[in-house]
Amino acid sequence: MTEIQPASGVADMGGDSGWGRAPIIDPDEAVFPEKWEGRAFALALLSMRLSGSNLDAFRHAMNRLDRERYIDDGYYGRWLYGAENLLLDSAIIAPGAVEARAANIAGGHVDEPPAPESTKPDYAPTAAGSIRQIDAPRKFTVGQRVRAKTMNAPGHTRLQKYTQGRVGTVAIAEPAQVLPDTHAHFIAENAQWVYTVSFDSRELFQEHAENFTLNTDLYEDYLEAAS
Amino acid sequence: MSNAQSSSDRIPINLRTEALEQLLVERGLVDPQVMDTFIKTYEKDVGPLNGAQVVAKAWTDPEFKQRLLEDGTGAVAELGFKGPQGEHLVVVENSSAVHNVVVCTLCSCYPWPLLGLPPAWYKDPAYRSRVVREPRTVLGEMGLELPKDTEITVWDSSSEVRFFVLPQRPAGTEKFSEAELAALVTRDAMVGVAQVNA
Repeated sequence: MTEIQPASGVADMGGDSGWGRAPIIDPDEAVFPEKWEGRAFALALLSMRLSGSNLDAFRHAMNRLDRERYIDDGYYGRWLYGAENLLLDSAIIAPGAVEARAANIAGGHVDEPPAPESTKPDYAPTAAGSIRQIDAPRKFTVGQRVRAKTMNAPGHTRLQKYTQGRVGTVAIAEPAQVLPDTHAHFIAENAQWVYTVSFDSRELFQEHAENFTLNTDLYEDYLEAAS
Repeated sequence: MSNAQSSSDRIPINLRTEALEQLLVERGLVDPQVMDTFIKTYEKDVGPLNGAQVVAKAWTDPEFKQRLLEDGTGAVAELGFKGPQGEHLVVVENSSAVHNVVVCTLCSCYPWPLLGLPPAWYKDPAYRSRVVREPRTVLGEMGLELPKDTEITVWDSSSEVRFFVLPQRPAGTEKFSEAELAALVTRDAMVGVAQVNA
């Protein structure tokens, strides 16, 4: 059973500086430029099922990675490490098993740990996907001023740090969805309304920021009424 | 508590991937043919050609365009486009007054049923971190210079809502067929880092 493990913080990079110039677009890029990337993609999707977890837990399994693992092998690198975390959490594979097998494939003669007894989370979704039908009335309406709360979640969250404490306006009432913060840890689905909130760039990044509108879809628990 | 090992002697990622695949396949937990199917699906079947069809139809069928902007999920399902990462689609329209651009700062959420898997630039930390802070500068660096009076709206995906940009139809294409229009529409225009050119 998974304990709540903190995110490393590297994934929440919105508004950060230090990542360099914008990327160059390659219009002819292959879907999987290297063969292992396709294998890692498929293994990660299957690992979510095998480990008895869910998409939110998978995202958090990647957010737990240190900067090196999150960044250095690119997008499918973090998918692979994230998948390994899920498989370790549910004891589908033993700690050290991947490293030992890799050494043996490379010609080594290393003892491999035996396959453990699996311990999948005590969890089952109430429906497929993330959208749910709920009866609760909406707390907020389109046009209302709202503030993104300042939250120091111990585990998973989708509330970006650059929106926290900032005031915006509800632009779109979105469908109700399971709350990633609790769903990722198999605590509860906590299905709730979601709102796309519009922020003025100068509210987010001070008065000298470029002038634009930032819209982002936030869960009701992330928001409070603002005047 | 367990975590993917974080020692300094890194195993090359392709070898690591092979090791995990072997471990799972030999215990019958993963079928390599199922893996092949997932890979082929996103290499061959689900990609930006889907989104281009949606755009071309919206440009030539005003009623479809209205449905697309009001209920993106329902409208694209009419064309058979649905599936993972397409639970709820919001379509936003670019014009000479407003330019929309999409990002996912927290991971790389992307409307798979319409665009396939995200390209390298969309997953790049520089794009993820900077487009929510200085979009005009970032778009300029990526080759899209917008007029000063064009308003920019950035959409950062946090929940399972997926945002999709309906680009502006280029001038001089009044006589183009739907298929000819679809051939002009690029992946990058449907995320908002490029415009469609005739």
